[in-house]
Amino acid sequence: MSESPRYPIDILQRLRPPAPVKLGGRVVALEGSTATVEDITASVPVECDAPPPLGAWVVATGEWNGVAVVGHCEVLTAPTGAFPKEDGDWPAFQREGAQRMQRLRARARARRAVRDFFDDRAFLEVETPAAVPSPGLDLHLDAFPVAGENPPRWLITSPEYQMKRLLAGGAPRIYQLARCWRRGELGALHEPEFTMLEWYRAFASSTEVMRDTEHLVAHVARTMLDGSTVIPGRGSPVDVAPPWQRMTVDEAFRVYADVAVDDVLPDEERFFRILVEQVEPQLGRMRPIFLTHWPASMASLARLHPDDPTRCDRFEAYVAGVELCNGFGELVDPVEQRRRFEADQKRRESEGRIAYPIDERFLGALEEGVPPSGGNALGFDRLVMLLLGAETIGDVMAFPSERL
Amino acid sequence: MADTTDLKKGFKMLIDRTPFVVVESQFVKPGKGQAFFRTKLKNMMTGAVLDRTFKSGEKLEKADTEEREMQYLYKEGDQFVFMDNETYDQMRIGEELLAENIHYLLDNMNIDVMLFEGRPIGVTPPNFVELEVTETEPGFKGDTSSNTTKPATCSTGLVVNVPLFVEVGDKLKIDTRTADYVERVKS
Repeated sequence: MSESPRYPIDILQRLRPPAPVKLGGRVVALEGSTATVEDITASVPVECDAPPPLGAWVVATGEWNGVAVVGHCEVLTAPTGAFPKEDGDWPAFQREGAQRMQRLRARARARRAVRDFFDDRAFLEVETPAAVPSPGLDLHLDAFPVAGENPPRWLITSPEYQMKRLLAGGAPRIYQLARCWRRGELGALHEPEFTMLEWYRAFASSTEVMRDTEHLVAHVARTMLDGSTVIPGRGSPVDVAPPWQRMTVDEAFRVYADVAVDDVLPDEERFFRILVEQVEPQLGRMRPIFLTHWPASMASLARLHPDDPTRCDRFEAYVAGVELCNGFGELVDPVEQRRRFEADQKRRESEGRIAYPIDERFLGALEEGVPPSGGNALGFDRLVMLLLGAETIGDVMAFPSERL
Repeated sequence: MADTTDLKKGFKMLIDRTPFVVVESQFVKPGKGQAFFRTKLKNMMTGAVLDRTFKSGEKLEKADTEEREMQYLYKEGDQFVFMDNETYDQMRIGEELLAENIHYLLDNMNIDVMLFEGRPIGVTPPNFVELEVTETEPGFKGDTSSNTTKPATCSTGLVVNVPLFVEVGDKLKIDTRTADYVERVKS
């Protein structure tokens, strides 16, 4: 094989013709003996002595005359079928001005900005297992089983248990960009496999974590948008500069649906119907908003609210009508946690869903003692989607499930 | 039996014995809550569109509808007679059901007829039809302004706005979805 090309194609802008060059790329168009060779930086016409096939990966060697490279194209790999291939990967990433490829680069920048934010605040980046003995007992989450494992394993729906075990292990500030899996979830804002940004802070409650959230999102926005905090959102821009508005769930139901949560609550389905039909679409349209004080029956792993035991210390942030994250002042009481797990198992069973095992090591960590902590789980794909003004989270993934 | 996983654009379902077609469907689920499908459904009998939210997993009843290509034969009283191009069965469709599509019916034209439980509930003409102008005011020679239009009546009774150069006897291409003039057809 030929020696590797030395430079990206956009180097040509800086060369004074005539200049000898050696460039690598793909032949994306062919007209007579002129091949358009493209790499990730730019494209250039190459007047070849022998034209390469369309779609071939080539190294072009010759002289740059200011308009074209005149010389030879050495074919390294040529497509065996049609090019571009219908439903192929090249068009999937390169069409519409290489939109998907551009978004992947933006996504990588967002990841880096997230890491910088937490690293600067002395959070430790951690990695916890994807296959676990219990994926969580949330009534409305279903996990993917790992085939053939005994004892059984499931893919995590969130890295919550293991991260809280790290709190018990003495790591007071931790974060993770974790791949998570949830069965049966597919739509503009859902993919069965997605990336969750989860972090925990000891000696804190939801108050501190909400503050982390608004500063994190503003930091990532500024990094991506040249210092601006105004992001494209979904159709109309949203200014994510802190502080974000705070509103209780009770207030939101009153304002947007004209109902009292306590009147609705006996019927949980009705609560969620009102939430998705009337409340959520109104939230965070110009500025993001936190919904706080969720009903105690929906506490999950949150502690009850210190001001009101019928509510819990749980919050969600909404940006442009999109639920971006769910955070807690964490429940650290092992007795109360076991009681909730047992109740969750019974409810799952009665609804015909798998009652996953109780993670005894997680409860063990609470028995050992977890400091009062706050934590948050933020949909990283949704954040990137909102930052880029993409329509779906699949649009900001390399391979959404429909492309597998 | 169908369920909410079938709720995709174009899916036809029964609600209270009325056929509806899914125009839009969106999976929504609060992270800690129940999953729903938010849909826009079009009543296939009346055309009315309504919003409806289904609980994920809910059972749905598929509507027994089918679209068949039929040829328009002739008018008899206020009934229009069509022939199924595959079975050669004849079917009468009332004026009321055809509504504005009456203006696009030409002898021997093929048209898609939507059947619900074997009975016609709607027709879809081809996207474009060619109609002859039977009445319009004479144009003004030399006026090429494209903004100015005048009404023209076609052989089927349809009245469309046309450019001034259109004359009686011209054939016009009409977009049946918008009832708009597209162009004069060279004959």
